[in-house]
Amino acid sequence: MRRNNNVRAPESQKPLKIDIAENPEDLGAMINIEINEKKVSVPMGTTILQACRQNQVHIPTLCHHDDLCIAGVCRVCVVEVEGMKTLQAACSFPITSPIKIKTTSPRVRRARKNILDLLLSEHYGECYACVRNNNCELQALAKEYGVDHYNFGHIEKPKFRVDNSSYAVVRDMNKCILCKRCVRTCIDLQEVGVLEAINRGEATYIGTFFDKPLADVICINCGQCINRCPTGALHANDPRDEIWAAIDDPTKHVIIQTAPSPRAAIGEEFGLEPGHSLTGEMNTALRRIGFDAVFDTNFAADLTVMEEGTELLLRLHKLLVEGNTDVAIPQFTSCSPGWVKYLEHFYPDFINHLSSAKSPQQMFGAVLKTFYPKIKNIDPANIVTVAVMPCAAKKFECNRPEMTDSGFKDIDYGLTTRELAQMIKEAGIYLPELPKSEFDDPFGDASGAGLIFGATGGVMEAALRTVLELVTGEKIENIFENAEIKAVRGFEGIRYAEIPITKVGPVPDLISHLFKDFKWLEGVTLKVAVAHGTANAKKVLEDIKNGGKFSECQFIEFMACPGGCLGGGGQPIPTNAEIRRKRAEAIYKEERTLNYRKSHENPKLIRLYNEFLTDGPCGSISYKLLHTTYTKRGSFIV
Amino acid sequence: MESGKTKRSGTVIFSAYERGAAIKKALSLSRNDILFELKNSGLKGRGGAGFPTATKWMLTAAAVSDKKYLICNADEGEPGTFKDRVLLIEYPELVFDAMVVGGYTIGADEGIVYLRGEYEYLIDSLNDYLEEMRKDNLLGENILGKNGFNFDIKIFLGEGAYVCGEETALIESLEGQRGEARNRPPYPVNTGYLGKPTCVNNVETLATISHIIVKGSEWYKQFGSDKSKGTKLFSISGDCERPGVYELEWGTKISEVLELVGAKDAKAVQVGGASGICLNSSQFDRTLAYEDIPTGGSIIIFNKSRNMLKVLKNFMEFFVEESCGQCTPCRIGNVKLLEGIKMIEENKFTFKQINKLKELAETMKIASKCGLGQSSPNPFLSILENFKDEIFNHSGGGSYA
Amino acid sequence: MFVEEKTGLIEEIDKLVAKYGNTRSSLLPILHEIQKKYRYISDFAQQEIAKRLKIHPVEVYSVISFYSFLNSEPKGRNLVRICKSIVCDMKGKDAIVKALERELGIKIGETTPDKKITLEYLNCMGLCDHAPAMAINDRVYTDLTPEKAVELVNNIK
Repeated sequence: MRRNNNVRAPESQKPLKIDIAENPEDLGAMINIEINEKKVSVPMGTTILQACRQNQVHIPTLCHHDDLCIAGVCRVCVVEVEGMKTLQAACSFPITSPIKIKTTSPRVRRARKNILDLLLSEHYGECYACVRNNNCELQALAKEYGVDHYNFGHIEKPKFRVDNSSYAVVRDMNKCILCKRCVRTCIDLQEVGVLEAINRGEATYIGTFFDKPLADVICINCGQCINRCPTGALHANDPRDEIWAAIDDPTKHVIIQTAPSPRAAIGEEFGLEPGHSLTGEMNTALRRIGFDAVFDTNFAADLTVMEEGTELLLRLHKLLVEGNTDVAIPQFTSCSPGWVKYLEHFYPDFINHLSSAKSPQQMFGAVLKTFYPKIKNIDPANIVTVAVMPCAAKKFECNRPEMTDSGFKDIDYGLTTRELAQMIKEAGIYLPELPKSEFDDPFGDASGAGLIFGATGGVMEAALRTVLELVTGEKIENIFENAEIKAVRGFEGIRYAEIPITKVGPVPDLISHLFKDFKWLEGVTLKVAVAHGTANAKKVLEDIKNGGKFSECQFIEFMACPGGCLGGGGQPIPTNAEIRRKRAEAIYKEERTLNYRKSHENPKLIRLYNEFLTDGPCGSISYKLLHTTYTKRGSFIV
Repeated sequence: MESGKTKRSGTVIFSAYERGAAIKKALSLSRNDILFELKNSGLKGRGGAGFPTATKWMLTAAAVSDKKYLICNADEGEPGTFKDRVLLIEYPELVFDAMVVGGYTIGADEGIVYLRGEYEYLIDSLNDYLEEMRKDNLLGENILGKNGFNFDIKIFLGEGAYVCGEETALIESLEGQRGEARNRPPYPVNTGYLGKPTCVNNVETLATISHIIVKGSEWYKQFGSDKSKGTKLFSISGDCERPGVYELEWGTKISEVLELVGAKDAKAVQVGGASGICLNSSQFDRTLAYEDIPTGGSIIIFNKSRNMLKVLKNFMEFFVEESCGQCTPCRIGNVKLLEGIKMIEENKFTFKQINKLKELAETMKIASKCGLGQSSPNPFLSILENFKDEIFNHSGGGSYA
Repeated sequence: MFVEEKTGLIEEIDKLVAKYGNTRSSLLPILHEIQKKYRYISDFAQQEIAKRLKIHPVEVYSVISFYSFLNSEPKGRNLVRICKSIVCDMKGKDAIVKALERELGIKIGETTPDKKITLEYLNCMGLCDHAPAMAINDRVYTDLTPEKAVELVNNIK
């Protein structure tokens, strides 16, 4: 068994989290069991919960989450196992012998109801005044069990002060049911380690180091805890009121940019199955809500690809041609603000590896308050920029003090997918039935490369399409079928690919001021990697520290959230591997339909370089507006 | 306070024993012989749960691993229990010898004593004793010339958490975690300390094993009742003239115990500590045995002046504090039971509420994650049942003093 | 915290890590010794320990908050703990606590203004046969009366 002394959950329980393999026989013997007197056969080691789900027997759960290691603490999933005196938690009981299970016996029903009543007695607040109204697992369970009064009373006064110190995550421990999903998310899934149970017994609560406000500890704002919280105890810091106020103010020109992942997921907030893109419908809704302009963040993603790709070539040139060994290679992507803050805290010595290119959100912000007001003849002081993001950390990012290169706050508000869905509902709109419409110019027609930023591996694929085509002069479609670089796609935690550059072409005009030729790249093998989830990022960084194979990469994409942006902390709840897979499918499917698949082909991008960023990618104007610096934060908590 | 040995005598544990004898004897036997003796003795775990000791050793012995651990559970925290303190002060040889025997039998080379923090004042003398054992090659490498048998013992200090007496919480604590019970299965005998097969035995269980190894299981089996073989240490306290630790054969009646310790005015006896059950005088002819009242050995006696509701309140306050807090039934359930007691105290209750709480108590017993929450409702249920006249009709009941 | 204090603490922690090892299993023994020496485990100490055991500071804080004998905030130089479990309770714990509170001028759970003594409750110490019992630092005292308890506490230097 794999041992790791750094995991919080008992290692002995990790093997319980088994995936049902395609060939169950591989896992060992099949075991014949009975569920409610029905005979079924399951692979050895399957938990009772998995066995029941496979056989359409519903078991309620609260602490269980498919993404997380087993806890077995809420006890609402208890079932009867014949021959055992006590009830057993279905989520944590591995089947290793031919047992007989009863899931609805009177003892089980009474126990579940009592446990639910206990949780409700300590759960402060009212459902109709809660961000998770109608999407709360505790509420759903109360409905399922027909709770119409409080058997063990109901807490009347809040015990905890709400912590809204963070730009991204708000913690209201009065609604916490101590399922510890956030703890397991923060410590085990993300390996950030901000939240843990404090005290014991009745006095237990989920807290931070020395109970400091979230803003003062090493939270990376990924918001993964929010996505897995069963109740309203964790939610994002919601700017809807300010945005409505700006929309209602006739002197303000309110612009919204929308990232790729929200459109692939927002349908879930309206009851659609995961995997439906509602790009066009969302554009219509945003106009109806009253936004003055609706732009595509993918346009800025194309800009990011140009800047970041050029930066990579410059770094490689420094190393390979100028012999400058101080240059930091591999270059790390920098568009995931959760990842950036993770690196600043935990691996501050690596910050010079981060691409200085801003994230698409922030690049767009800088352009929207400089270039855009100029061509539209608007006072940039009256422009309010809103970014719809799948992300909680984007709320922090737009508040970073360095993100004011336009002379204003480049992006005023980060809005999550969930919050946008809420605004659309408030406006009386049922999104799926709206007619479709396009993005506004001058930033319409973004490329598919920008779109796939939403999935893990997408930034890498987008960058490779552009870099390879610029360097080799060969159409990317001739190298990779359909321009799809499958090696960097998928959900494997860490992926690695090698792409040999066998021939080089002439330097394209756009970057001819930077390079005389690409001969120095001929014969070089491009080694790239993709990691998503900070726990995987940590593995790659440790490997680089130890001089492992990732230290030989030239370029690595990191995303803070499992699955990349589509699994971001601002996305619809719930989340699991299946949902993330469907969102990815929706993104890749939409991408195939687009006119442009490569960032450098985006005609409006070329116009921007021609008219505004006139000294080209990584030129002085773009350095001023589109690039940034980072802070060595370290992990010491003051 | 206590210094040196007080004179004790008893049939098994307090009978004569020569230091190192069990180790010597065991090393002359095969592992199977030892397991057979243990199985034949019928010995069950003395911490309270009563799991057959031989089975635990066999399972750990059968587990395949490069490393195994034998842990002595000296986290005696049950209110009213102090027998392990006496054993560790007066009879450390019984405990440590059996650990060596256990290491030999199950194939462990490391023994850990998890000593409750409240007993920190014992640690120096215990360490001195272990040092003596090392000098005499009762610990260390090739023990008593047995080639390849290495075993040593270290003492690990708890930090004040009752729940760590639960074996998986204890293991978590050893691993530097919060003392929160693990999900079982898998059991420690397969996946215990640091993921290795681990056998956790109570102090008294080990002390008994030393005698069984030396004198044989047949000798041991002559004591006790039909279904509960041997003897048991009882920690007896409360309203009696001679509180202390007594070795009694299984099958002893409560009334006999009361006689022995000089409890003349008893109206209630709490058997099994705070998490045990409370008997009234009509039940004093019941016997202490696995077939009647199984117990870890705590007996607290209450005389006629005691207010049983206050007694119950003390117990429930204990559980509210000492629950680890991870599982719902135990964390919130104990609070609700305590609230119920306060409601009765203030005469602001309905029987409907009390019955609902009794149903809750039953749920806690079957749905809690570990033994703490599964047993903490015992005093609530038994005191409300056995002393209902006093509690609900306010007919009797004085105060503590 | 002054620089010298920090240096001293770091040296102490390094010594303990060398003694017990740098795995998580060493956490409680290390915390125990720091607690013993400094009477509490500061936020600085917790982070230094976490760093060496490669765990998160909040995990150290969490563990400390779980166990009764470990604390993150300083207490008095002497810890007087009175058992409140059932038998000691029956045998006169209340009278002892009242006497001590009166004598020291503080309530249970508080520390004297000169930081000399902290008065606390403790759950069962396993001395029920000699109840009531209390502990002053590492030593235990049994068969107490209010008078005896006050005398013991007054003898603390």
